[in-house]
Amino acid sequence: MLILTCPYCEVEGEETEFHPGGQAHLKRFGPGSSDEAFRDYLFERKNPRGVHFERWQHQYGCGKWFHVARCTVTLEVFGSYSAQSLAPPAEVLETIQARRPGWEFET
Amino acid sequence: MSTRLASGGRLLERSKRVTFSWNGTRLNAFEGDTLASALLANGKTLVGRSFKYHRPRGIVASGGEEPNALVGLGEGSRFEPNQRATTTEMFDGLHAVSQNHWPSLEFDVGAVNAGLSRVFPAGFYYKTFIHPRAAWKHLFEPVIRQSAGLGKAPKSADADRYEYFYAFVDVLIVGGGMAGLAAALEAGRAGAKVLLIEQSPHLGGRVLIDDVMIGDQTGPDWVASATAELAQLPNVDVRTRMQGSGVYDHGYALGYERVADHTPGDKRPRHRLWRIRAGRIVTATGAIERPLAFAGNDVPGVMLASAVRDYVGLYGVSCGDRTVVVTNNDDAYRTAIALKEAGLDVPMIVDARPRSEGDLALEARALGIRVETGVGLAKVKGKKRVEGVAICAQAGEGAVLEDIPCDCVAMSGGWSPVVHLWSHCGGKLNWDDKSAMFVPDPARPPLGQDGMGFVLTAGTTSGALDPHDAMKDAVLAGRRAADEVGHRHAEESALPHVSAPFETPMLPVWVMPQGAAIKLRSKAFLDYQNDVKVSDVQLAAQEGYESVEHTKRYTTLGMATDQGKLSNINGLAVLAGSLNAPIPQVGTTTFRPPYTPISMGAIAGEARDALFKPTRKTVIDDWLDRSGAHWEPVSDWRRPYAICRNGENVKDAVTREITNTRTNVGLLDASTLGKIIVKGPDAGKFLDLLYTNMMSTLKPGRCRYGLMCNENGFLFDDGVVVRLSEDTFLCHTTSGGSDGVHAWMEEWLQTEWWDLKVFTANVTEQYAQIGVVGPKARLVLEALGGMDVSAQALAFMAMAEGELAGIRARVMRISFSGELSYEIAVPAAQGLAFWEACLAAGEAHGIQPYGTEALHVMRAEKGFIMIGDETDGTVIPQDLNLHWAVSKKKEDFIGKRAHERSDLTRDDRKQLVGLETEDPSDVLPDGAHAVEGAKLANGMENMIGHVTSTYFSPTLKRSIAMALIKGGNKRMGQTLSFPLGGDKVIKAKVVDPVFLDKDGERQNV
Repeated sequence: MLILTCPYCEVEGEETEFHPGGQAHLKRFGPGSSDEAFRDYLFERKNPRGVHFERWQHQYGCGKWFHVARCTVTLEVFGSYSAQSLAPPAEVLETIQARRPGWEFET
Repeated sequence: MSTRLASGGRLLERSKRVTFSWNGTRLNAFEGDTLASALLANGKTLVGRSFKYHRPRGIVASGGEEPNALVGLGEGSRFEPNQRATTTEMFDGLHAVSQNHWPSLEFDVGAVNAGLSRVFPAGFYYKTFIHPRAAWKHLFEPVIRQSAGLGKAPKSADADRYEYFYAFVDVLIVGGGMAGLAAALEAGRAGAKVLLIEQSPHLGGRVLIDDVMIGDQTGPDWVASATAELAQLPNVDVRTRMQGSGVYDHGYALGYERVADHTPGDKRPRHRLWRIRAGRIVTATGAIERPLAFAGNDVPGVMLASAVRDYVGLYGVSCGDRTVVVTNNDDAYRTAIALKEAGLDVPMIVDARPRSEGDLALEARALGIRVETGVGLAKVKGKKRVEGVAICAQAGEGAVLEDIPCDCVAMSGGWSPVVHLWSHCGGKLNWDDKSAMFVPDPARPPLGQDGMGFVLTAGTTSGALDPHDAMKDAVLAGRRAADEVGHRHAEESALPHVSAPFETPMLPVWVMPQGAAIKLRSKAFLDYQNDVKVSDVQLAAQEGYESVEHTKRYTTLGMATDQGKLSNINGLAVLAGSLNAPIPQVGTTTFRPPYTPISMGAIAGEARDALFKPTRKTVIDDWLDRSGAHWEPVSDWRRPYAICRNGENVKDAVTREITNTRTNVGLLDASTLGKIIVKGPDAGKFLDLLYTNMMSTLKPGRCRYGLMCNENGFLFDDGVVVRLSEDTFLCHTTSGGSDGVHAWMEEWLQTEWWDLKVFTANVTEQYAQIGVVGPKARLVLEALGGMDVSAQALAFMAMAEGELAGIRARVMRISFSGELSYEIAVPAAQGLAFWEACLAAGEAHGIQPYGTEALHVMRAEKGFIMIGDETDGTVIPQDLNLHWAVSKKKEDFIGKRAHERSDLTRDDRKQLVGLETEDPSDVLPDGAHAVEGAKLANGMENMIGHVTSTYFSPTLKRSIAMALIKGGNKRMGQTLSFPLGGDKVIKAKVVDPVFLDKDGERQNV
């Protein structure tokens, strides 16, 4: 059971307080988009061994969605940040790079 | 024979005699015994039969690693199978039975398998029972199932109760032996909040029995003073009878406390599952002794050397008069010495090493024990009991040098640190060549959320087999754990010196003798419970199983309830030998929690019966329950299927309720419907994105039926949307959908359209909602008195707020039955008062409450869809002829892009139709398949669709049904066939799904 920190209410909570929402920073493709773009939006997901960006909701807390950067191998958590962001904030990227030298953010 | 000694037994209360029953026989024991020690004390060396060959099996170990002594404990509603006798505390009245034998333990028919072991090699089941395929289901499986299996499952519900407990500590220490106690003292003195847990009822571990001096104290004295000091520390909690079962992410651990196993029926919870969050976890779980693989090593009376020593020292039990000790290390000499000191005979110490000159060997020789080196056991003689051993050269193939009569064999193949908890969450291991064991690699621990290791090992678990090294390791682990959670030592206490005899190195021995021929290897057992022998693992290697994980599954090595605690290292060493690969390259199988099996009851905790899934109830629930409600579950709620009058059956009640509602007036508790307020300047815009319909054009005071799709375009919820004011909408959802739809709204608002100024609130339980339905509905509302409910003031699909019967009410004139119908929301607290006011006001008009089945039939008569009946997650609104509710004007809504996909626009999708059976009294079964044309190549019928809703309509006096049929829109008037199995086929005509009042005249009054 992971321990995550909600960036809104700043509660450090048990995983059971939170609800997972899969990969973060997906771009929505709506009417008019190509079949390929729409398929990828719906179904193509990263499954990295290592650094991953995920959506979580503080379901049994403040109810807010947020993003978490963590390592799927070591379970290390690099930071959590607002769901209203189009990309991970610089300080989270710096934390990851400090812990994983050579790692680069891929969109 | 094994027996009780006249004296000795550190854990026994010899003044407290108890009696217990074993296979129906009353036997005596003392308080402090385990069931295993008590059985041995009574000469019961045969305690069970093995899983595959039904070979006689005796007690091997003295702790949780025991593979053989599994018994059924308790009776009736307290019966539990597969309990380890070695970890079962004795109490007066204990009731135990042996298992896996028929008709009796001493004479077992299944033992015939043992004679056939040559034809039951590794992978036997995989190789044999493949063809013909039909025979598996009808012949092989039933026979195999009957003869396989260990204990019998209990037949009645568990009489005991169980609970969870939550704990948050700085340092969790697992294991109450010397290392655990030392680590707890260090962390406790530093001020950390410490929880020390020990699986057995007593603290001390091996220092209670192995002769060591800690400082100037004996082992037991040191344990007593350490325990006393810990009891004085307010920040330290020590719990016995509690196992560290599993270590999980970020310092989470499960503790399994056996609160009342030894005091059944005393009203305390039987087990308690501790859910512990710790800053640091120190595993001080010691080590487990390994058996040696020689022919006949499974004959009852062959035991681990440490267990033989435990039974003598802790329980005053002799496992045999004449014990041969066979070993590859110095530690087993302690057993020989202990037996000799207890007055028992040790004819020989069989040491596989070429030389043996440690302190213990000298002591043994000085006691007159014959020590032979460079030798091993060729085989054990005896079937149900050890009768003797044959000695051979370890280097040879098993030529017998000498026969020695004996009735017990104490074996030791070295020790394996208990690395399970370290490994559960990803801690890595190194191979220690010197002691031939896997040890935790402190450089690769499981990591916490901060990237720091959160598990430390202490003592023997770390691989420190020497007692002084173990003490030093434990003290440092305790200090470090406290330090890492912010509790630094003021002054560091001196490291206690532990003095113990000098030991010489062990020598790995994986097969005895090393050149054993097939005849011996196929009697040398690795996994006692699953009957896996040296020859099986070698065969697997020969057949190409190189991965240890594959070999495990192919041979079942380590797959029994003991999870290979004794067998795994020996097994993978044999595999490595066969593959000619180094042991660390072959690697271990994965260590998974729990450490030993824990009870289902503990996992369930209090979540059983009414608490398993609490039922949601409306404010009318009590009234309905008192008035004859026949309940059915509807998502988390219970709703009345029908409300039966005195003596009336459910079917008659449904018919009566429908007829009364269609002719007079019915009353429905619709409080379970989801109610979500969506408010803000962008509320209309947001709902346009959420619903397939246009909601922003809805006028305040008006209602509109809306549909919601997911991004795949599939319909998942529906309901009436009411515009309460310019910036406020009330969205009704299905009864099961309220929480999900609310979460859905929030997810889109927070993660995609966060620029929209909208708030949502789920007010489902803030309002009671009551349907007044039927031709006389308006008369009832008028009788309640208050607001104007005339057709002019409150037209169809209009909403008005005011007062009825003096209660603040929101009245919506909407209909799910096709009748003149009002749904009235009142504050939940006044729901029951309003319900009763409706009944009183409606009495003169024949008002009767109705349930969900009447609701379903009436909506089906009108061709209204029900989410979950007409939808199944693959249905789009257009399939249900709901094109009118899917906006063509909107640029975007959730599901719009998906509706453009070619698969969702083709015209031969399954579409909703009505069905009228040829015989009006024939009611189609729910889910019946329509078939058409010739059978398919695979022999199946060509299925073209299925029935989604089907009822007998009392209004139309005939059966009606709805179905999703391939290309249904073009089949109007066709007759379809629904085969029901056998020769029975129902034929039904495709019709318009609106069976009643197609023009809606009944509701427009």
